[in-house]
Amino acid sequence: MHPDSEDVQKSVRSYMIVFAMLMVFTLVTVGVARLSFAVPVAIAVALIIAAMKGAMVAGVFMHLSHEKRWVYGTLVLTVVFFAALLLLPVITSLDSLATGNPWVR
Amino acid sequence: MNIPYTVEARPDSGLANGKLGIWLFLASEVMLFGALFSTYILLRVGADTWPHGELSVPLGAVNTIILIGSSVTMVMAWASLKMNNWGRHRMFLALTFLLALVFLVNKYFEYEEHLLAGEGPNHNTFLAIYYTLTGLHGLHIVGGMIVMGYFLGPGAGLWKRNPAQFTNRIEYTGLYWHFVDLVWIFLFPVLYLL
Repeated sequence: MHPDSEDVQKSVRSYMIVFAMLMVFTLVTVGVARLSFAVPVAIAVALIIAAMKGAMVAGVFMHLSHEKRWVYGTLVLTVVFFAALLLLPVITSLDSLATGNPWVR
Repeated sequence: MNIPYTVEARPDSGLANGKLGIWLFLASEVMLFGALFSTYILLRVGADTWPHGELSVPLGAVNTIILIGSSVTMVMAWASLKMNNWGRHRMFLALTFLLALVFLVNKYFEYEEHLLAGEGPNHNTFLAIYYTLTGLHGLHIVGGMIVMGYFLGPGAGLWKRNPAQFTNRIEYTGLYWHFVDLVWIFLFPVLYLL
């Protein structure tokens, strides 16, 4: 056995717990979608649950909870650019609405 | 010629080259899918009406469960190598491959149903972005299956020659696979439920 095999055995337990939680969250996502929430609330709830599931996959399965600084650095840059990418549609829609905006002719 | 730092960590980054490489690749993948998610938002915000309930939620939910299951079997394939259990590793990797195949079969039936009803990508804006996002995601599934197939077949010999390097390669394959799962975790509510 590898010297770190005991640590891995402990991790296996957390993989199983996360697996069970992901299953529960998937069912909750479907269940919440069946409730007739207002669209903005439904979108917010679905995306919050998806973000929680994503965090579990990244943190536990991808071992992001204990990674090296270079990996975190790469991801921080990615998050910044990703946020900018998602903001583009917002900026675009603001442009089309901005009748009083001197920048838009 | 030996490529350095395939197993041992580089002194500057504290990571093996392959690990930093796969994370940089995944960063580029985030931007690729991010651009398409951004497109989705732009199209949805700009649309007067948006179709709802066009896709089968049970099928999407089953595929979500399949893909989450495959993430678990993938991480178990890596953990089995760490515990020096080759047999279990093979079983879990083969199971991951199989689950990926089941996911694609489900996707095929879903596509077929829509295409036979004349609902191709040119049917409406929703289906255009649906086929683009799920098609690209499906290609990533196929890519993962090719890599897994390699490690189940011709690439498996590395375990005997250099077990640490093989374990690292499985870890990188796993990181890619979990990312593919992660993308689907967001695709499912965005396309099927909202």
